Amino acid sequence: MAKILMKGNEAVGEAAIRAGCRFFFGYPITPQSELPEYMSLHLPKVGGVYLQAESEIAAINMVYGAAGCGARVMTGSSSPGIALKQEGISYMAGAELPCVIVNMMRGGPGLGSIQPAQSDYFQSTRGGGDGDYRLLVYAPASVQEMVDYVQIAFDKADKYRNPVLVVGDGVIGQMMEPVEFVSKPAENLPEKDWATTGTGGKREPNIINSLYLDAEKLERHNIHLSKKYSYMQENEQRWEATGLEGAELVIVAYGTTARIARSAMDNLNKKGWKIGLLRPITLWPFPEKGFQLLDETTKHLLVVEMSMGQMIDDVRIVNEGKRKIHFTGRSGGVIPSTSLIEEKILEILERSE
Amino acid sequence: MAVVFERTKGLRPVSTHYCPGCTHGIIHRLTAEALEELGVLDRAIGVAPVGCSVLAYNYFNCDMQEAAHGRAPAVATGIKRVLPDKFVFTYQGDGDLASIGTAEVVHAAHRGENISIVFVNNAIYGMTGGQMAPTTLAGQRTTTSPLGRDPLHAGYPIRIAEMLAMIPGAAFIERVSVDSPANVRKAKKAIKRAFEIQLEGKGFSLVEVLSTCPTNWGIEPPLALKWLRENMIPYYPLGNFRDKTKEEATDE
Ligand SMILES: Cc1ncc(C[n+]2csc(CCOP(=O)(O)OP(=O)(O)O)c2C)c(N)n1
Ligand code: SF4
Ligand SMILES: [Mg+2]
Repeated sequence: MAKILMKGNEAVGEAAIRAGCRFFFGYPITPQSELPEYMSLHLPKVGGVYLQAESEIAAINMVYGAAGCGARVMTGSSSPGIALKQEGISYMAGAELPCVIVNMMRGGPGLGSIQPAQSDYFQSTRGGGDGDYRLLVYAPASVQEMVDYVQIAFDKADKYRNPVLVVGDGVIGQMMEPVEFVSKPAENLPEKDWATTGTGGKREPNIINSLYLDAEKLERHNIHLSKKYSYMQENEQRWEATGLEGAELVIVAYGTTARIARSAMDNLNKKGWKIGLLRPITLWPFPEKGFQLLDETTKHLLVVEMSMGQMIDDVRIVNEGKRKIHFTGRSGGVIPSTSLIEEKILEILERSE
Repeated sequence: MAVVFERTKGLRPVSTHYCPGCTHGIIHRLTAEALEELGVLDRAIGVAPVGCSVLAYNYFNCDMQEAAHGRAPAVATGIKRVLPDKFVFTYQGDGDLASIGTAEVVHAAHRGENISIVFVNNAIYGMTGGQMAPTTLAGQRTTTSPLGRDPLHAGYPIRIAEMLAMIPGAAFIERVSVDSPANVRKAKKAIKRAFEIQLEGKGFSLVEVLSTCPTNWGIEPPLALKWLRENMIPYYPLGNFRDKTKEEATDE
């Protein structure tokens, strides 16, 4: 299929529909509103339902109900709206319901700004809701990658019976890029024989639930969930590595920031420096296997984020004190420039010479 | 020997956890009988609330989902939009529906969501130990209104049936009580009618059932029924507040 030019948010909607998503429960918020707008126009054409909820809380609970019936269902929002969805996300993780949630991050805290940001890293990876649960979190860096990972997200959600979060930022949501929709055959996915679709008089009732009043039973449930998360950690890490061999310094950045970092890297490498880039694609599980590929020559890691520094905590964990870790970034909706990154790199490398 | 009374197939053959004399049990039976008599058990999906009736998912003999506190109407909306031909109901307490979940129930009604709600008003938060609910009567003592609810401080008790009856999307709204055999029969009729409204595709239906909480009211079960009759019914009048099918009939 030929490439077509599409806005990030709309491409996400189209990708979801092509992945078999037929239900979308949303609530308007900048900078992701084009997603519900797209769904409201296009879902009915394929026999699906778009419904505007009265709040993000209601929207995620509608997703819960729909997912409990076995439907492929999605919701999307931006930072403060995702904050409101945390209750439902935790309940879905507990009840093991699959769904895909999109967060086009904007500046925070509070009402923050409507400009692009990456300050929901903690919210995405540490669990904004209550309890011992994890989400699979994808952080694509282009509109094409958004499209690819939305499809993957639906399959993984079904495979693991777990909510999957796809995070972008205002830049990816709003920018137009050429995309190609390549439908990949879905993984061999399990039957949803747990769904509440009415017994039909043929089976015992199915129950969708996250309550275990007996402490031992809840612990057993948590151990079961934890095994699932460990399996995901083993099998679902994704990252992109560039120029690791012989690198003196490796930049660690994801999403839009990784694209800016790549330009900074290219500029410096042309001048004879040896800079690499490690781009996490899954924020959870954090791609620690990618860090095992770092070269002995690499003495410095520079974390760049559109936040005051959140992912840097995970870099510290996987680094285990081996290399020096530095940070630069902008926040509040300000996008870091290539020169900011280049200057920081030169400062680090020239100081250590 | 002639069988005069049988357990409805709408309830699973398990014992419930309700306190002795609690009328949640009666309301479960009425709901379950209505499901059975309308022949919808095998295509029903119920939504349990957070409250004393949280374990309703173990009691009703049909597919069930357990919702977060107050969110049952949103969960039911998600279910009904995926499975419009199935029968979808929620069972919710007054803390659940009239406090934390007010937005969800009001908007489900506004959308004319084709679901049915059994709303159990016992004027208290039963499960958490008898705190004040939005429905707690003026002057009523609870663990968080130890001197009696003062409406100037805590507001007046909320009348859900009257409020929802004003919403265009609401098709059937009735308030009933289970304090006497005669009222129990009327309650059954109302719940069944509410369910039929959904089966006829008429839209949102809700039955508010006045119920007792002997444990947290601190009153013996028989006296609790009397207390309900003498204190709740005057403030929460029984009757039908909305029946679209009748309005349509008179329009013609
Ligand atoms: C988000 C959240 N807040 C508070 C609670 C605690 N809680 C559990 S049940 C309940 C009140 C239930 O009262 P009601 O709906 O009147 O039901 P009843 O027990 O009286 O039947 C509360 C506040 C909770 N589980 N979740
Ligand atoms: S606490 Fe009250 S409402 Fe709950 S089961 Fe006991 S009597 Fe019923
Ligand atoms: Mg109550």
